[in-house]
Amino acid sequence: MDNEKLNLPQYDIPDDIQNAVAITTLDRLYNWGRRSSVWPLMFGLACCAIEMIAAQAARYDMARFGMEVMRPTPRQADLMLVSGTVTKKMVPAIVRLYNQMPEPKYVVAMGACASGGGPFKEGYNVVAGIDKFIPVDVYIPGCPPTPQALIAGLIKLQEKIDKESLKKVRWYRKGPDAVEIPVPILGPDLIDPRRSAEIKQIAAAVKEGAS
Amino acid sequence: MTAPASTQTVDLAARFPGIVTADTRPGYSGFIVEKDKLVEVATAIRDEFGYDLLTAVTAVDYLPEGKMEVVYHAYKTTGGPGLVFRVQVPRVDPIEVPSLINVYPGADLQEREAWDLMGIRFTGHPDLRRILMWEGFDGHPLRKDWKEPFYEEDAKPFKSRWPEGRHVMAEDRNPYKDNLKFPENFDPEKWIPDNDNMLYQSLKRYTMKNEDGLETDHIVVNMGPQHPSTHGVFRAAITLEGETIVGLKPVVGYLHRNHDKIGERNTFLQNMPYTDRLDYFNSMSNNLAYAITVEKLMNIPVAERAEYIRVIMAELSRIQNHLVFIGMLLNDLGAMYTPALYAFEERELILDVFEAVSGARMMCNYLRFGGVVRDIPPYVMQKIKDLVFDRLPAKTDEMDRLLTENEVLVARLKGVPVIDGETAIKYSVTGPVLRAAGVPYDIRRADPYSIYDRFDFDVAVRYNGDLYDNYLIRLDEIRQSLRILQQAVKQIPDGPINSQKPQYQVRVPAGEAYGRIESPKGELAFYVVSNGKPNPWRYHVRPASFVNITCLEKICLGAKIADFVALLGVLDIVMGELDR
Repeated sequence: MDNEKLNLPQYDIPDDIQNAVAITTLDRLYNWGRRSSVWPLMFGLACCAIEMIAAQAARYDMARFGMEVMRPTPRQADLMLVSGTVTKKMVPAIVRLYNQMPEPKYVVAMGACASGGGPFKEGYNVVAGIDKFIPVDVYIPGCPPTPQALIAGLIKLQEKIDKESLKKVRWYRKGPDAVEIPVPILGPDLIDPRRSAEIKQIAAAVKEGAS
Repeated sequence: MTAPASTQTVDLAARFPGIVTADTRPGYSGFIVEKDKLVEVATAIRDEFGYDLLTAVTAVDYLPEGKMEVVYHAYKTTGGPGLVFRVQVPRVDPIEVPSLINVYPGADLQEREAWDLMGIRFTGHPDLRRILMWEGFDGHPLRKDWKEPFYEEDAKPFKSRWPEGRHVMAEDRNPYKDNLKFPENFDPEKWIPDNDNMLYQSLKRYTMKNEDGLETDHIVVNMGPQHPSTHGVFRAAITLEGETIVGLKPVVGYLHRNHDKIGERNTFLQNMPYTDRLDYFNSMSNNLAYAITVEKLMNIPVAERAEYIRVIMAELSRIQNHLVFIGMLLNDLGAMYTPALYAFEERELILDVFEAVSGARMMCNYLRFGGVVRDIPPYVMQKIKDLVFDRLPAKTDEMDRLLTENEVLVARLKGVPVIDGETAIKYSVTGPVLRAAGVPYDIRRADPYSIYDRFDFDVAVRYNGDLYDNYLIRLDEIRQSLRILQQAVKQIPDGPINSQKPQYQVRVPAGEAYGRIESPKGELAFYVVSNGKPNPWRYHVRPASFVNITCLEKICLGAKIADFVALLGVLDIVMGELDR
C-alpha cells in the first residue's frame, strides 16, 4: 500500500519525511498487514481444489495478492478455503482444523457444495453447506468457480478485512465465537453436539421411516 | 459402434452342470452360479478359462423379486470380451455370499463396499468393515427400501418441480430441519462412537515379537485426511517399525458424495453432469464411459464425426492428466511447484479447448447419447491442431529434458519397486501402473471401444515395475496420445454430431450393460441396470482409483515411510472418483 492510503487524511506530514513517516490508526496498520499476507491452508476437498491449484499456477497467480504461501498445517494458516463437498464423514476433521487455526482466521466457502450442498445436497453423506458448523466470511458461487471467480472472492475478503476493527472482531469478544466449536460426532447420522437435546426430543416424536 | 462384448466365448454351464445356469433374462448375459459353489467356479474361471482379471464386483438390489444379486465381471489380460457371472440370494438378512478374496485379491475393497452400501456379508473376508461410510452408520444406503433424509420421491423429475414447480425446501420437509435421520428414540448422550476402534483393531494383527521373544509395539501414524500429499482427503493408517511400513489400511469415504444413490434417482441424461464430478481431471473420459454404457443398452449408433470428437477430447484429457500427474509426483517428492507450474501451463491450454467446445473448463458435460452436444468450431479445431502438432510434442520433450535425467529424481525413483505384473493382475490393478509392470493391457487395444481400432498407436509398456518406470510410462502415453490425436484431427469427417434427436428423456430398454474405457487412471466402467423406466434401476461406477488402491497395502509393506507418498502418488488416485 502506498503512503497516501495508509495515512489518515487529517494530518499533514512535511514533504521531506513523507516516505519515512506515516500517521495512521492501529486498525488500519493491522488490516493492511493482514490483507496483504493472507496465508491459505493447503486444504483441498474436491473438484474446487483443482481450480484452487490452477489459481495458484502461472496464468492466474494468486501471489499477486500475497496469498501464494499455502500452509499445510492449520497452525500457520489464516484462511480456510473450503474447496469442495463437505461430507458428514469429513466434517469432524474440518471443524478440528478450524479450531486449530490461530486468530485472525477467515473462511471462504468455495463453490456450490461448500456454500449449500450443491448438486450433491440430496446425498445421505453430504452436509448442506459448511456454514452449518463454522462461520463463513465469503461465499463464491460456481461449480467449480473459475480461478477468476476465486480471485474475485478473495478480493472481497480483502475488502472485508479492510473494514475490520480490533474492538469488534469476533475472536476478541466474549460470546459463542470465542470458544472452540464442538466437534461433530459420527453416530447413526451426524450428531452436532450443540443440538443433541433437540435431536433427542425430535427422535422421540418421529416414527422411524417417516421423512 | 463396436459389436456388443457380451458374446459368450465359454460355456460355463456345460462345465458345471447343475451348479451354473445361463442367465436367460432378456437383456442380460452371463451365468448364474450357485452360492455354495462360487469359490470353486471362480477358481475354474480363473485357472481353466483364463479370466485372470476380476474388474468389477457389485451388487444389485432386486427389491420386487425379493432377491439380492452380486455381479462379477472378469476379463482376460490377453484381451477379448469378458465373462459375467453372478450369484443370487434371497433378500432376507443376514444376506451371505462367499468372499472371492482368496481367488481374486482384487475383490477386497469392492466387497467391503458392497457390504457397506448393500449389506451383503461376504463370508471368509478377513476384514469386512464399512469403507465409504463410518462404523455405526444406520443402515445400508443403496438398498432400494433405504431412504435418505432428504428423500422426496423414488425418481426424478419430482412432481413438486415439474410441471407446476411448487418446490418445498428439503430442510422444511425433514423433522430435524437438516440432512439428518436418526432411529426412533435415539439419545445422542448415550451414543458411544466407534472412533476408529475397528480400524485400529484390524491393524493390531501386525503386532510382532522381536528376536528376544518380547512383544514390540508399533507406531501408528495417520496420514490424512488433511495432508498435502495425499491428493485430497485420502487417509492411510500406517503402522511403522522404525521407518519401515509393516501395516497399512487405506481409509476412504471422506468425499463419498453418493453418486450411486443420486444416480438411481436421476434420469439417464441427468447423470451425465454428475459423471463430470467423478474424476474431475478427466470429465471428458467420464462422459465417454457413461455414454458408451447407455448406448450399449439403447443399442444406438454414434454419429461418425462425434466418434472422432470423442476420441480427440478423451486423448486431450489423458495428456493433461498425465502432465499434472508428473507435476504432482514431483511435488510429492519435494520439487515444490516448479514442474507442476510447467504442467499447469499446458493444462490451461487444453482447458481452453474444453471451455470453447463445452462452455466449462472442468465440468464439461459434453457428450450425449449418440454423439456430442456441440460441434467443434473451426477456430477451435485450428487451436487443437496447433496444440497436437507443435506445442504439446515440444513441451513433452521439454518436460522430458527437464526431469528424466535429473539426478535427484532418478535417485528417488529408480529401483524402488511398486508392483510386479503377476501381483498387479491379482489385485485387479489397471491402467498405467499395470503397464509399467510389464503387462501390455490397454482396453483401447484389448477390447476396443469407440473407434480406437482405426488408429495406429502402440500400447506403452515398461518392464521394471519401479517408480521410475511409472513416471516414464506417463511420458510414453502422452506421446502415443499425440499420435492418435494427429491421426484423428487429420481424418475427422464432416457431418452430423449426433445420430439422435436432442432429447431430455431417452428410452432405454430393460437389461444391463457394462461399458468400460481406458481412462487415464485405469479402467473406468459403468454398470447400469435398466428396467425400462426413465431412471436406471442400478447405476454403479467402477472407478479406476478405488480398485487400484486395493494393492496399496501390498506394495507399501516393507517400504520406507518416505517412499509412501511416491508410491501413493504413482497410483494416481483422485478422490472424487475413489469415494464417489
